[in-house]
Amino acid sequence: MTATIRLQREDFDAAVEQAALTRGRTDIGAVVAFTGICRGEGIDALTLEYYAGMAETEIVRHVAEAERRWPLKGVTVIHRFGRFVPGDNIVLVITAAAHRGDAFAAAEFLMDYLKTRAPFWKQEERAGRASWVDARDADDAAAERWSARPHAAE
Amino acid sequence: MRVVYFAWVRERVGKSDEMVEPPAGVSTVSDLIDWLRTRGEEYAYAFERPQVIRAAIDHAHVRADAVIAGAREIAFFPPMTGG
Repeated sequence: MTATIRLQREDFDAAVEQAALTRGRTDIGAVVAFTGICRGEGIDALTLEYYAGMAETEIVRHVAEAERRWPLKGVTVIHRFGRFVPGDNIVLVITAAAHRGDAFAAAEFLMDYLKTRAPFWKQEERAGRASWVDARDADDAAAERWSARPHAAE
Repeated sequence: MRVVYFAWVRERVGKSDEMVEPPAGVSTVSDLIDWLRTRGEEYAYAFERPQVIRAAIDHAHVRADAVIAGAREIAFFPPMTGG
């Protein structure tokens, strides 16, 4: 499986990344590309801090776990850090497989884990005041279902 | 050992990392938090609700009862909000 994992300050182009993942391949029948974008909703800006060293390790570990659970042909994970304004790209997950079910499930699995287990923290700026974003129970519940429900392929 | 702090834990402690030498008897992550809390108001504030603090030893998530012997780097941070 081809895996590309990057943590970067600069923006990414989802179309370019997807093309790079599938170029020259005839074994891929399904690609799911998820982009997480900074929402407005009263937010002036968002700053993402991360734990260098551990963040990479955690993402590599979860990509390996996704590969163990589903027959994937390729995965790309790009997580940005730094300061974002509404409309900016934050995270990209691309999964490629022979069939769509595996690509959809693996992409969702990776996003759920990035939200709850990868060491990133968001700080919001509203009307000039900065505050740390609280973890959402809904995200924990979304991540938890992957440990509770055995996958059909296992 | 090196201790590193992130997000509001870092802001409350007032530093991003430091070298510490906890006394004998401080054997778990939980013990380390209890000891750090005695080091000053900023630590007491950062760790006022230890149940919400997450920890990692050498870049791997651990629970509060994890043994810290042999650890090179211990991290303390709030629940993660990436993605």
